[in-house]
Amino acid sequence: MTDIDLRGVSRWYGNVVAVNDISMTIGPGVTGLLGPNGAGKTTILNMMAGFLMPSRGQITVAGQSTWRNPGLFRQVGVVPERDSVYAFLTGAEFVGVSARLHGLADAGAAAQRAIDLVEMSDAQDRRISTYSKGMRQRIKVAAALVHDPEVLLLDEPFNGMDPRQRLHMMDLLHAQGGRGRVIVFSSHILEEVERLSGVIQVIVGGRLAASGDFRAIRRLMTNRPHVFLVHSSDDRALGAALIGRPAVSAVELTAHGLQVRASDYGTFTREVAGLSRDHGIRLRQVLPADESLESVFTYLLAS
Amino acid sequence: MGNTAMDKKMTGQPLPGLLNGDIIRLTLRAAMGRRRALLFALPAIILIGLSALLKAKANSPVWPPEVLGSVGYLILALTALIVGGSVLGAEIDDGSILHLLATPVSRRSVILSKYLVAVALTIAFAAVPEYIAGAIATGASSGLAVGLFVGALAGAVIYNALFLMLTAVFSPAQALAFGLLYVLLWEGLLASLVPGVGLLSAGHYSLAVANSIAHNAALHADLNVGTGIGMGLVVTVASLAFASVTLSGFNVAGDVT
Repeated sequence: MTDIDLRGVSRWYGNVVAVNDISMTIGPGVTGLLGPNGAGKTTILNMMAGFLMPSRGQITVAGQSTWRNPGLFRQVGVVPERDSVYAFLTGAEFVGVSARLHGLADAGAAAQRAIDLVEMSDAQDRRISTYSKGMRQRIKVAAALVHDPEVLLLDEPFNGMDPRQRLHMMDLLHAQGGRGRVIVFSSHILEEVERLSGVIQVIVGGRLAASGDFRAIRRLMTNRPHVFLVHSSDDRALGAALIGRPAVSAVELTAHGLQVRASDYGTFTREVAGLSRDHGIRLRQVLPADESLESVFTYLLAS
Repeated sequence: MGNTAMDKKMTGQPLPGLLNGDIIRLTLRAAMGRRRALLFALPAIILIGLSALLKAKANSPVWPPEVLGSVGYLILALTALIVGGSVLGAEIDDGSILHLLATPVSRRSVILSKYLVAVALTIAFAAVPEYIAGAIATGASSGLAVGLFVGALAGAVIYNALFLMLTAVFSPAQALAFGLLYVLLWEGLLASLVPGVGLLSAGHYSLAVANSIAHNAALHADLNVGTGIGMGLVVTVASLAFASVTLSGFNVAGDVT
């Protein structure tokens, strides 16, 4: 059984504890490691990939320790977070090198298949130095998928992707997960994972804070209370209109505009534009006031 | 995929082979593509220019062994330091090493492939210029020119193993600092002042090899050729073995995220 198994895993750097006593088992399908920056997600993925020795505990993939075990990469693919590829190579050369370094019998065909999978065939003969960040991410994914691994580890794979590329990448990960592959990705942006289904592991402060189903988390996210700073051509009139809506629980008129407390994030963001239009008010600014990831995660954990 | 096939793949061993052609090509392109390639060539040009200048201004038998043995071999050591550090260090610094390490290629093969490139580049940018400078000074087939060239080949082999090991063990910046201290302080200063220090000096191993052909007292070779070659072999093999072991326990630089 191709599971990733963490048992009492900790990792510290000097006095700083990056990962604190995490135990979990990740099976086939798509699993997201979610948490704010600095939560320890990259450290966990690096340990899963065997790029970092756990200070305590054990990590196995399919029953084998990942540490000092390069043979395991025959079945594990890794997409590192850092945007560091051999930029002097073309995309096709980069994926081709990856195929040969994995010892594939027909490296050329495998490379082409992986490039087609991430829809990069149009740009495959250009140097990677000319790629956008999203394209670099995709070519890295192609290089990691080239040997059709059982396990794919991706660190912040959606970084730098536009919404269309993001959707395509999510579809790709789902397809891989649906074929029984173990797909683990990290993200610090909750909205990124809105369209994903599967399991998430929430990491906060180096600890496993929660595990759950994407849909439950998504529901909590869209329904969470939120404070917005709103500025318009007539703040007082807009405030009066807003307070009549069930999705709004409080409105305060301040020197800098309206401070609106919405009890339902999703409904408020959908309603505010139409409401102002109906009242002939011109919206100038709608800013989430407490969009810090920590506050969102704290809310999720409290729920 | 059936369970048997999967299990067979999961228990995969690292790829066999001591050297990997893809890593050699990648390393060569990375090393020569960067502006650092100009840096490699600069000391060589200075050495050849210096030799031509001295030949024109002071046509005496005294300076060639003195200058080519000291300045020439200092350039050899520094070239190996830059090259030996960069074939691995640049990739560790920018994180692209992970693309090599996320493959079943054995870590020994990664080290040996990169080492081969470093030795070849050091020969091209330090040993060959040393020969050209020697040929300008004393003639193409002179014992001194040939001796210095062969000694420089030995130096390229030994120094690069040493500096590659330092880069694998320490961070690239630390490795460069330790390498510089070794070349300038240990070999440059202490080895000429304290007898016995030469026994642990790659520069002296190289000089011993050079002197076995050149037979020139002005090279100041403190070791006999047997000791030089024997110690050089031990240092080279031990350094490469240690570098391979260290790379298989490579910990990616710790950002706490």
